[in-house]
Amino acid sequence: MYSLLTGPVFYLSLGVCIIGMIVRFYQYFNGLSWQLDRVAYKEYPAMGFKGAVRSIYKWLIPYGTYGWRAQPVMAAAFFGFHVGAVLLPLFLIGHNVFLKEKLGFSLFFNLSTPVADYLSWIALISLFFLILRRLVLPEVRILTDRKDWGILLISMAPFITGMLARYQVGDYSFWLTAHILTGEIVLLAIPFTKLSHVFLFFASRAQLGMDFGIKRGGLKGSKMAW
Amino acid sequence: MPEGTLCNKKPVETAEGITTLLADQSGKTYYEEMKSLEVDSDLLWKTIQNTCKTRIRTWLEICAHCGMCADSCFLYLANDRDPKQVPAFKIQSTLGEIIKRKGKVDNKFMLHAMEVAWAQCTCCNRCGTYCPHGIDTGIMFGYLRGLLYQQGFVPWEMKIGAGMHRVYNAQMDITSEDYIDTFEWMVEEYEDDYPGLTVPVDVEDADIMYTVNAREAKHYPEDLAEAAILYHIAGEKWTVPSKGWELTSLAMFAGDWAACKMQVDSVYDAMERLRPKRMIGTECGHAHRATVVEGPYWAGRKSGRPPVESIHYIEWLAEALRTGKLKIDPAKRIKEPVTLQDSCNYVRNHGLRETAREIISYIVEPGYFIDMAPNKEHNFCCGGGGGFNGIGYFRKQRNIGLKVKRDQILATGAKLVISPCHNCWDAIRDLEEVYEIGIKWSFLKPLIIKMLIIPEHLRPEEE
Ligand code: HEM
Ligand code: SF4
Ligand code: SF4
Ligand code: SF4
Repeated sequence: MYSLLTGPVFYLSLGVCIIGMIVRFYQYFNGLSWQLDRVAYKEYPAMGFKGAVRSIYKWLIPYGTYGWRAQPVMAAAFFGFHVGAVLLPLFLIGHNVFLKEKLGFSLFFNLSTPVADYLSWIALISLFFLILRRLVLPEVRILTDRKDWGILLISMAPFITGMLARYQVGDYSFWLTAHILTGEIVLLAIPFTKLSHVFLFFASRAQLGMDFGIKRGGLKGSKMAW
Repeated sequence: MPEGTLCNKKPVETAEGITTLLADQSGKTYYEEMKSLEVDSDLLWKTIQNTCKTRIRTWLEICAHCGMCADSCFLYLANDRDPKQVPAFKIQSTLGEIIKRKGKVDNKFMLHAMEVAWAQCTCCNRCGTYCPHGIDTGIMFGYLRGLLYQQGFVPWEMKIGAGMHRVYNAQMDITSEDYIDTFEWMVEEYEDDYPGLTVPVDVEDADIMYTVNAREAKHYPEDLAEAAILYHIAGEKWTVPSKGWELTSLAMFAGDWAACKMQVDSVYDAMERLRPKRMIGTECGHAHRATVVEGPYWAGRKSGRPPVESIHYIEWLAEALRTGKLKIDPAKRIKEPVTLQDSCNYVRNHGLRETAREIISYIVEPGYFIDMAPNKEHNFCCGGGGGFNGIGYFRKQRNIGLKVKRDQILATGAKLVISPCHNCWDAIRDLEEVYEIGIKWSFLKPLIIKMLIIPEHLRPEEE
């Protein structure tokens, strides 16, 4: 089981995730239409680019936008979870060692163990708040469907199994195998579910950024105050 | 397939058609017929496949169902935080459902979708700026309106309005002759006070081509005179086209994209015929959006710009005050608490957030201007945008929607609301009528005229 998961299944899920997202990215931008979307994308590439970059980076800064500031608790939970969800899979030392072994390279740096622990706990606590929010707030409940719970479960599983393995609760090798399996499920789910937002967030924000950067104020020399 | 004689899938394309629809008091029969209007699911699905591309589909797909957009919508706030008013819910339960069911929805569903599209969203686009994923629900509602229009599920006034544009190239039954007559008549009325006041019609190569809202010609003709007076005093070389003079587009509110194109084409033709240096539109928000911001795309202009530089009235006013073409008598500046209604259509959606404030710096005594909170591109819709004001069928819902603006104005303590947008102006007038909070409201033109310094040579001869 372990060798299957760290062998063919690993290559397969990573490949599906990467190729899937390349395809979806290509499809997204290919599907933009200046006339249907009513944005002259191609006519003003520099303005569009600037608008896109602004629209992305402003939203990646904690409390950097009116939207984040309007929802301080949500913003904390969002960043608390997402910093972990992005940094841990990429830069955890164990992951890098694994990558080096499998693919012959590792990523730029390693998170030290205490930092990794902090990030993991923060992510789990934040997830708890995201779940609580979903259960309690009427404006979120009305939007929630079964799929949302599924996505939360899929996203949560690698964290929980990873932590159980990390602290060696019970059978280490069992949790490690479960961790790898759930991690691979995330990779496989990314191109086909709402988790596609991991990449499509950038596409969608870029599009709206181009809209504002060109049509809605950009040509007037006015930058949207996100 | 059952189609009503009044309520059907065909656009109104003749003057008689309009008269017949108008004869149906408040659309009673029209809405009755709508209850048995059949949905053409094949057409609906085919249209979606052809026009609903990755932008909207991705929005619907990646929506995190996080509800962060809830508080951003004034209708959610005005309806005591009814979860059914959360932008994401409104769009997922209408457009989202139609797509999920591949167009196989029934009459009841469409009736409900119509109410959501016109009575639960004004397409103010505020929610789009509060969503972390950049999901602009207002845009999707605009799109949904187009689908509903095509199927005949459109409020009575909107159907008529779109028909007007098709027949008269204006939102009302005003012909070119009526329009020019009214303008000339109004100018004559004011000639004694402003010697030499004229309305130059169809002058080629002028500096300014002026376009208006048909309501001005029909209901507020003083507005035309005021525009003429201000250009006259500023010494502008201006003109009005006898054809292509209408800036507004009820067709945009209706989702009748073909009529939108016909309408803006008529204005762009006038630009090409008269070759003005610039086009200036009257104090209207959605009209500016339609003709200047969205219009080029309907007309198929790749540049995203109209044939000549086109600006909003407030841009011209700010410039005229800045360059001294118009001079304000400081003694006559506004000396009562005053606030400003930022129109979503040219502030949030066209970046003109400072322009009106520059004008205010000239016409309001320092210390008397109080901004609403939130303001500029984060301002709330007046409550009546996107056609909401004009739909009798949804009047109750509209009046509830006005509450947010009412409270915003009350919080400023202002007695006067400057509103350089026809729709906002209407909404604020209605708000005073419904809630009686003791405010006045005004366009900029009449305010400015009252405080102008008129150059010696333009004054009437003293008797
Ligand atoms: C660059 C990477 C990413 C970006 C920019 C991003 C962005 C976002 C945004 C804007 C939201 C909506 C706000 C919210 O509900 O919190 C969201 C939600 C969510 N994201 Fe991400 N995300 C990224 C990566 C990930 C990854 C790697 C995972 C999981 C493994 C993930 C899982 C989730 C989940 C489960 C939600 C929904 C939370 C809820 O139910 O409230 N995201 N993401
Ligand atoms: S804020 Fe955006 S992602 Fe969240 S529910 Fe609203 S539309 Fe969906
Ligand atoms: S566009 Fe405006 S009215 Fe419509 S859902 Fe968004 S915030 Fe509400
Ligand atoms: S009427 Fe004014 S405030 Fe309301 S949507 Fe239109 S521009 Fe915005």
